[in-house]
Amino acid sequence: MLLQVNHVTRYVYDRPVRGVVQSHRLTPSVFAGQKVIDWQVTVSDGQKGGSFRDGAGDRIESWSIRGPVSEILVTVTGRVETTDLVGVLKGHKETTPPQSYLRSTAPTEADVALTELAQVGEGEPLAVAHRMAEAVAGAIAYAPGTTHAHTTAAEALAQGQGVCQDHAHALIAMARARGIPARYVSGYLFADAEGQAHEAAHAWAELHVQGYGWVGFDPANRCCPDDRYIRLGSGLDAQNAAPIRGISRGIAEEAMDVTVAVLAAQQ
Amino acid sequence: MLSRTADNLFWIARYMERAETAARLLEVGSRISLIPSAHGYRSEWDSLLQALGARDLFAHKYSEPGQRNIESFLFFDPENASSVSSCVTRARENGRIVRTALTSQVWDALNTAFQELRALERKPRSELDLSLLTDWTMRNSAQVRGAIDATLLRNDGYNFLNIGYYLERADATARLMDVKYYVLLPRVEFVGSGLDNYQWGTLLRAMSAHRAFHWAYGGDITAAKIAHFLILNPQCPRSLITCARGLVNHLDRLAAAYGPRLAAQEQAAALLAGIEGATVEDIFDEGLHEFLTRFIGDAAALGLAIRDAYLTGDVR
Amino acid sequence: MTYFNEMFQDGKTRPPYARLANWTESMPAPLRQMKQAEAEALFRRIGITFAVYGEGGDPDRLIPFDMFPRVFTGQEWSKLERGIKQRARALNAFLLDVYGRGEIVRAGRIPARLVYQNEAYEQAVVGIVPPKGVYSHIVGIDIVRTGPEDFFVLEDNCRTPSGVSYMLENREIMMRMFPDLFRENRIQPVDSYPARLRRTLASVAPAKCKGEPTVVILTPGHFNSAYYEHSFLADLMGIELVEGQDLFVEGEFVWMRTTEGPRRVDVIYRRMDDAYIDPLCFRPDSMLGIPGLMDVYRSGGVSICSAPGAGVADDKAVYTFVPEMVRFYLGEEPILQNVPTWQCGKADDCQYVLENLGDLVVKEVHGSGGYGMLVGPKSTQAQIELFRDKIKADPSNYIAQPTLALSTTPTFVEEGIAPRHVDLRPYCLCGESIDLVPGGLTRVALTDGSLVVNSSQGGGVKDTWVLAE
Repeated sequence: MLLQVNHVTRYVYDRPVRGVVQSHRLTPSVFAGQKVIDWQVTVSDGQKGGSFRDGAGDRIESWSIRGPVSEILVTVTGRVETTDLVGVLKGHKETTPPQSYLRSTAPTEADVALTELAQVGEGEPLAVAHRMAEAVAGAIAYAPGTTHAHTTAAEALAQGQGVCQDHAHALIAMARARGIPARYVSGYLFADAEGQAHEAAHAWAELHVQGYGWVGFDPANRCCPDDRYIRLGSGLDAQNAAPIRGISRGIAEEAMDVTVAVLAAQQ
Repeated sequence: MLSRTADNLFWIARYMERAETAARLLEVGSRISLIPSAHGYRSEWDSLLQALGARDLFAHKYSEPGQRNIESFLFFDPENASSVSSCVTRARENGRIVRTALTSQVWDALNTAFQELRALERKPRSELDLSLLTDWTMRNSAQVRGAIDATLLRNDGYNFLNIGYYLERADATARLMDVKYYVLLPRVEFVGSGLDNYQWGTLLRAMSAHRAFHWAYGGDITAAKIAHFLILNPQCPRSLITCARGLVNHLDRLAAAYGPRLAAQEQAAALLAGIEGATVEDIFDEGLHEFLTRFIGDAAALGLAIRDAYLTGDVR
Repeated sequence: MTYFNEMFQDGKTRPPYARLANWTESMPAPLRQMKQAEAEALFRRIGITFAVYGEGGDPDRLIPFDMFPRVFTGQEWSKLERGIKQRARALNAFLLDVYGRGEIVRAGRIPARLVYQNEAYEQAVVGIVPPKGVYSHIVGIDIVRTGPEDFFVLEDNCRTPSGVSYMLENREIMMRMFPDLFRENRIQPVDSYPARLRRTLASVAPAKCKGEPTVVILTPGHFNSAYYEHSFLADLMGIELVEGQDLFVEGEFVWMRTTEGPRRVDVIYRRMDDAYIDPLCFRPDSMLGIPGLMDVYRSGGVSICSAPGAGVADDKAVYTFVPEMVRFYLGEEPILQNVPTWQCGKADDCQYVLENLGDLVVKEVHGSGGYGMLVGPKSTQAQIELFRDKIKADPSNYIAQPTLALSTTPTFVEEGIAPRHVDLRPYCLCGESIDLVPGGLTRVALTDGSLVVNSSQGGGVKDTWVLAE
């Protein structure tokens, strides 16, 4: 499928700041399921800094904006040719040891309820992973606005509601509790005419499954990532895998406004 | 040099000079209390504090402005940011931060002052009379200053220290004069009275300039002679013209070393030109209070220009 | 338990201390007290003080300085030197490996769990080959002695070992107070350390740096207990001592705010934990760090010493495997031995530890500074029981070692001279080459019978001499 992405993030400061530094994970991953046709990231008044591929295979680009500045636009546009690999991250070059994804972080700490939810029986590892993803989908209903950026997996499960970030965190916590390496993935999702009302900026989880390597699971949509998904990067949790991380120098309130559109491009 | 280092040096000088000003005020306050007054001692002390912007803080902590309370407030009080103790402590702390930009003699002088201060604070107050406290402050301040002059490289750090000293001293001289003229002598009929002269004498003493003044001018103390001495006379080490010349000199040296001349140099030159071009008559025509208020404002603006040029590291 | 006395053996004075016997006789108590006061005044004037986190009290407290030097012969030292350098090389090879291909894990020589699930293992530096392949540029190795030929490594410090300023100042003060001693004994100098440290740091400048690299020390600030040391080293190396607020990232580089505008920085010797150096990458609430620093580091715009993630090599659980690292990477037999260590995380070891708590020293895996530690033979039954419960609750958080018969050296005490237990921390420099000054910091447990030398627990320091051959 050929997907077209238009993604604009606008930062507004209530008074000018002395400078801003950002770290981007905004370039599509390189693996058998994705081929970039064209792709461009621009930052208003920005100076491009170091750029490199990290151990997890993500392209990281850093940007700095010299102050005084009170508005910044980060614009991502491009086209990606995707192929459905039923969630398997085939042909992805990375060196970070899967075992290092067993460490839990604050939002992915497994409490008693998550550990219990992870008890979906034994069996073939891939089947176990699927059953856990289903368990998450069943236990946490999709309900935008009920959670926030710092909600933990345990909290989301306790209230039984959440968004894709909470689903992913819950599945990661459960997998790690069972000794299965798991990580958070951020990316884009194309939703067609009759598709769900999910955000086009999307997130899901990847579990390291014996015999398959990293496999994506999207409990929010009860499926594995297919050709409607564009993968950008991964990390231990949402904050660690964020597509844009930034810090401003100066005392100001920051407001952020995001618009994302993922369309089926004309061939 | 790191901008933060320059900033710390600048403030070491300002704090040491400010400690000296606190000690001088202590002396003024104390001497005032020795003479009969027009409105009662309390009111005059009150006015003095008001002029310094410290009345509320004082009133909040102390019931009455007795000698003991004034000493506590101006010398020992850690809550008074301008007390001798606060200033010496912060100067030494700044010194510790930029230890490597100081000679061991300068550090020794700062550190010794701090250690002695701690020892003074542990002594019973009955053993500490006023002159001991003021003399102690003057001596330590002079030791720091002397160590700077005698041992420090004449580099940019030396210039930042001197800029701090001159800026703070200019501000202090202007404020002390203004306090005397505007606050202590509230009604015009007192001008030229015995009280007036006594107060001027006290002020000169507080500036350690009593004898120098008499050598230079002789005869009665008059407002005009005082204004000339403390504003226009380049021989007086605390006069505004001496301070302005010092600022111009050290800012020019920075510009020579770094290359570009910035807004700070221009503002300092304008500040100096304003004084060099004035006569005592001009100043009294404008009104001494108005003249001093304007000067204090200009000096503060110069302080900001210096900060923007060198102390934040943002200029390129 | 009998202890090896480094000065007296079998009623005779051992050779390295031969010339010190007369020295003590020539110092009656009053003179000694005078000298001690003089030393203390010197330390205080220089400003060398040590504050202990969370203890309150006097932030300007001095670490007690004992004037009686600790002495090694050149021969003793040369064995130590070879052992220390060998260990530092192996530790750096390990770091490069576990952030690279992980050969030692694949070969099954160390459990993957200990490395990759370690809190100090930093995913952000996976795949990075720092200049010269060095992650840990200053390796502090704590060594204890139990006999004439018996040295053991107690622990490794691969992050930012502190205390080297005491090594330098102790020597400086001894030379000022007792010049005769230095005339009579041929003592190898240590004062080249700052120059050698600077050379080491400059040697790992990033490839993007052309010309003379700008090296800085990054300190958490003047409230840090080791601030004196940071400022002291900056001064002796002639480099800037910066705080996070003095640096910023722009474009591909890190810049320093100066009175003449921004100046590029090539090498940062940071004296700050990983978690605080970049709020963009690590703890977002850190006010001490430089936002974006890690991206510059990872794209080769700046060198950070030690490299983030270096801590995975000095973990107390990983420690057990250092001799294995020496064999695996260098193909050599370790010159310095480890202290036998029981991992409470292993069931057999744990059982042994719980049965023998009264004889063992128990440490927290991630603890430091002598905190969270049980010295069995010196503890009450209640303290032992407390640790028994702690170990049972979280076994893998503890290791245990036999109570070592730490050597003693003569030390000035209230009643005169008495033996006190000591350890040794040399500082090995790793850059283009591996470098070590002949000496280190000797820490001494000043309390009679105590085996804990940490300054936070009442320890003192001594000058450490290595005699020329």
